[in-house]
Amino acid sequence: MKSMEKSLRRSSPSVGRILLAVAAFLIAAWMIVPTLVIIPLSFSSSEASFVFPPPGWSLALYENLSGGAWRDAALNSIKIAAVVTVLTTILGTAAALGLDRSKFPGKGLVTGSLFAPLIVPTSILAIGIYAVFLNWKLNGTFIGFVLAHSVVALPMVLVSVSSSLRVFDRNQENAAASLGASPLTTFMSVTLPQIRSGVVTGAVLAFLASFDEVVISLFLASPRLQTLPVLMFSSMRRELDPTVAAAAVVVFALAAIAIPIVALIQTRNHHVR
Amino acid sequence: MSTTLSPSIRPPSRVRKTPFVFRPVSLLVVPGFAVILLFFVYPAISILTRAWTHFQAPQEGGWDNFAWFFTEDVNITLLLRTFGVTLLVTVITLILAFPFAYLMTLVSRRWLVVLTTAVMLPFFTNYLVRIFAWVVLLQDNGVVNGALSAFGIEPFHMLGTTFAVTIAMAQTLLPLMILPLYSVLQGIDRSLLRASESLGASPAKSFFRIYLPLATPGMLAGSVLVFVFGLGFYLTPAILGSPQNALLAQQVVTQVQDLLAWGRGSVLALVLLLVTFALLAVAMRFSRNTVSSAYGIR
Repeated sequence: MKSMEKSLRRSSPSVGRILLAVAAFLIAAWMIVPTLVIIPLSFSSSEASFVFPPPGWSLALYENLSGGAWRDAALNSIKIAAVVTVLTTILGTAAALGLDRSKFPGKGLVTGSLFAPLIVPTSILAIGIYAVFLNWKLNGTFIGFVLAHSVVALPMVLVSVSSSLRVFDRNQENAAASLGASPLTTFMSVTLPQIRSGVVTGAVLAFLASFDEVVISLFLASPRLQTLPVLMFSSMRRELDPTVAAAAVVVFALAAIAIPIVALIQTRNHHVR
Repeated sequence: MSTTLSPSIRPPSRVRKTPFVFRPVSLLVVPGFAVILLFFVYPAISILTRAWTHFQAPQEGGWDNFAWFFTEDVNITLLLRTFGVTLLVTVITLILAFPFAYLMTLVSRRWLVVLTTAVMLPFFTNYLVRIFAWVVLLQDNGVVNGALSAFGIEPFHMLGTTFAVTIAMAQTLLPLMILPLYSVLQGIDRSLLRASESLGASPAKSFFRIYLPLATPGMLAGSVLVFVFGLGFYLTPAILGSPQNALLAQQVVTQVQDLLAWGRGSVLALVLLLVTFALLAVAMRFSRNTVSSAYGIR
């Protein structure tokens, strides 16, 4: 009798379920809502401090962002991230393919070091790169930023391309080759179209990894060359320039755009399978 | 030796060890590996070896930097504070992540998309943006203090305290707990719960005796990820905390950047790295797939 009563109760939402939904709603709110304060703050008319709620509304902070040091830093970030994306997407896809298709002595060590930048704390990475770049005169240079950011972006491409290669049926390449296609033709017309979602996801993640990189950039930056996160960090620490709110909104918007893109690519991939 | 293995354990193709044959396709790894070797492996080694080559008086050679680390009370305090804060953050995220991930396994597909987006949005948001939001909220005349005084509670100083660091770290790291936990929870066969209840167990008992043990690999994987990433946190304590209550990764930077004490900084870095890898190695033994798939998401 008791168990029947229970099963009847289960058909309608129980008190437990409702409590669970409320808890999950609060947790989701805790993850997202605090960050959203930056949006009203970015339209503040106050150019003195981070007063919230803002005393009045204006686009002044966005005007600050579109000129001077802020504009230069934003452009640097975009340029560096673009070069890093192209470089690491090509190198990462090639490396993923090479790891997937071959066995060689020490492969475990090679794979391990390719993924290690994901695990090693960035502060250690940062002081290491800083020390070596001092000797190589790469601190404060564009190429220095590109190379340092590539270290954190490359594993992103590797992860996402490797996972799409894992579900790719390699017999198709053998078929293409047996019909006379060269390795390059086979790759471009058979393999690449099918691992495209992994490559594009990797490229998006690589762009974000470079654009969002803070700690290494703090060490590499010079007065002449700095990136947007570096400028955000320094104005946040000194609590001086509220333009950081507008910058934060732009950076936040970028993440908000990237997620649906990645989600869309991934779900389309599921349909193919 | 391969004859001792039954074919059901290993696929036949892998039982016979194929001799190494060079395949040109393996050369594709070379450019990417060269970048990592030059700009990651070499810098890492060159910085870590400074523990034995760079010294500040009174240290002068050999293992002196290590002796400095283990004899100075500040370092032990630093280590304990770092472990304490990170452990607290891990516990908070586990408590918050469980109901959320559990609900994810119950809802319809449409709600799953909503909940997943709620996790991914903070996951993809720049650390600085999230930290900046906390600066705005927790500052002396900020939103939190405003709300507290509306309830008649005396405003108090939060920026620059371990409290602020803990709150922000827990918020930042929560997705890293939810993702691996959810991937384990969604694989649990819920009919086991119904079976246990039909045999007379109370819902609470079947949850604790059946569901929780099955969820343990996910909780473990999530906890290790949160703990490991938490140990390496630099930006959050650097902006929301203060030098007086610094955490380990922050102190690595301070030693090198502010004090130019490369040897001491590299000893701290070595400690951080050893703890990180030891924890990961333990976790990999327990649940290899869960941990690596969580990295795959990242």
